Amino acid sequence: MSSLTIGSQKPKRSTYTWLFFLLPSVAIMLVFFIYPILLTFFYSFTNLALTGEAARELKFVGLDNYARMFQDPTVKVSIWNTLVFLIGSAVIGQQVLGFLIALLMKQRNRTFRRVIGTIVLAGWVTPEIVCALCLYSFFGDDGTLNAIITSFGFSEVTWLFTVPMLTVILANIWHGTAFSMMVFQAALDDVPSEIEEAAVVDGASKWKIFTSIIIPYIKGSITTNAMLVTLQTLGVFGLIYAMTGGGPGNSTMTLPIFMYNQAFVNYQLGYGTAISLLLLLIGIVLSLLYIRSMKE
Amino acid sequence: MNARQRKLIYRILPYTILTGIGLCFLLPLLWVLVASVDPNAMQSLKLPSQLTMGNYVEVITSPENQRAYLIGLVISLGQAVLVVLLALLAAYPLSRYQMKYKKPFMLTILFMTSLPITAVMMPVYQLFLGLKLYDSIGGVILFYVASSMPYGIWMMKNFMDSVPRDMEEAAWVDGASLLTGIRRVVAPLMVPGICTVAIFTFSGSWGNFFVPYILLQSPEKFPAALKLYQFFGQYGMVDYGSLAAFSVLYAVPAIVMYVLSQRFMSRGFGLQGGSKG
Repeated sequence: MSSLTIGSQKPKRSTYTWLFFLLPSVAIMLVFFIYPILLTFFYSFTNLALTGEAARELKFVGLDNYARMFQDPTVKVSIWNTLVFLIGSAVIGQQVLGFLIALLMKQRNRTFRRVIGTIVLAGWVTPEIVCALCLYSFFGDDGTLNAIITSFGFSEVTWLFTVPMLTVILANIWHGTAFSMMVFQAALDDVPSEIEEAAVVDGASKWKIFTSIIIPYIKGSITTNAMLVTLQTLGVFGLIYAMTGGGPGNSTMTLPIFMYNQAFVNYQLGYGTAISLLLLLIGIVLSLLYIRSMKE
Repeated sequence: MNARQRKLIYRILPYTILTGIGLCFLLPLLWVLVASVDPNAMQSLKLPSQLTMGNYVEVITSPENQRAYLIGLVISLGQAVLVVLLALLAAYPLSRYQMKYKKPFMLTILFMTSLPITAVMMPVYQLFLGLKLYDSIGGVILFYVASSMPYGIWMMKNFMDSVPRDMEEAAWVDGASLLTGIRRVVAPLMVPGICTVAIFTFSGSWGNFFVPYILLQSPEKFPAALKLYQFFGQYGMVDYGSLAAFSVLYAVPAIVMYVLSQRFMSRGFGLQGGSKG
């Protein structure tokens, strides 16, 4: 009871009391979060390696890592795959499907809503490694999907080999759609029903109501959700890694997996860090856009 | 097609589409549940000829698995407790004081909530080697705390803003210090908020694979997430039943946490607060 006071309203506090409150969390964030971000910039200019000569003597190599990056065909493939994965699973997949589910669920039977909602949510609540296992076995050669299509007389497809990117995209949609669904359910609930009813009275078609009332009303949620979902998908590692490991070939090699392989399989930590900087920069730009969308 | 038929289709169509989507979401999940009680589980979903708890017994009785599960709990619980305590402290001045740089600080915090952790793991690994924190469970907890601090502070500050000040002030009149005020008055009023932060932090690290995969090396220090992955690699192709049982057991805390969070979050799902993948 150091600051016990009598008669005055507030406990005595110096101007720097706030420092005492904020210091522990700010310190831990500085050391383990902000400092590594700065290190990312620094290490990406070095020859940092896990083994060999370079592991002992850290040297500046200037823009070598970057020069290498722009010449490396696998980098191009990884960037392309990351884009396909982001757009396919996050921007289109989760968003559109989540929105569709939210929209169709509106004004449906309560029990029905609850059942469907719970099933979709289960994929979201399930940890990513378990998701990877479930979807791996679903798409596997002897998996559920092949069992279904062969029972209809079609021949088996080696999904994980023929269309590996599609399988990881669908896996991420399975895992993430519930988030968008919930965001859009909340957003759709906020659309005042009076406006909709007035439009119906004026004879507007369903499509007209959808495009000129509902969509403009929830535009903010759409932008913010798009940003958040993209950011979450950008860092996805375990799901792809456990399902395909980036292969076959480099067909599902996204930037996080390529970064990991360079740093820990090829022991090129400096190069891996240069790649992670690429991820970080994309993340920073998206985060800034996200904050702007929140402020509006 | 007359008007009545069309109306009927309009009524039925949404149910049909939703049922279809629901089935697609259900099938992969059903496999893991059914396979976990099937003594002869296969890669595809099939009706078991008999039911068994053998897979679960096998997974649960393995001391290695118990250890991994326990380590996972220690990491996630330790992180959740630390994040709640530190965020509670940090949120107090942010909620109650006038500070010059509060707005940019909060914006930086919000910015940090959305950065992908995956992108900073390479230098974190290097940093941990230097600090002798590599391959240490405590180190993993510390990093988890740091990475979920922005989110914790942001949520906690918003929750604290809705706690009225008069009750604290009444406590001060009775001679309570700032810390006592927080402990005895503010925190008890924020129990739902505190639980929400704790649950979200816990679930985040419980389900995470990449962070321990990078920061830990010795198999005896692996939390459940890594153990399951290892299990998948070693026996995945042979022992589907145990693999499924392990998956279900590993998913249980995440599900429990989600159900609990529903009880604390009075207001459905909004976009304030951001989220961590």
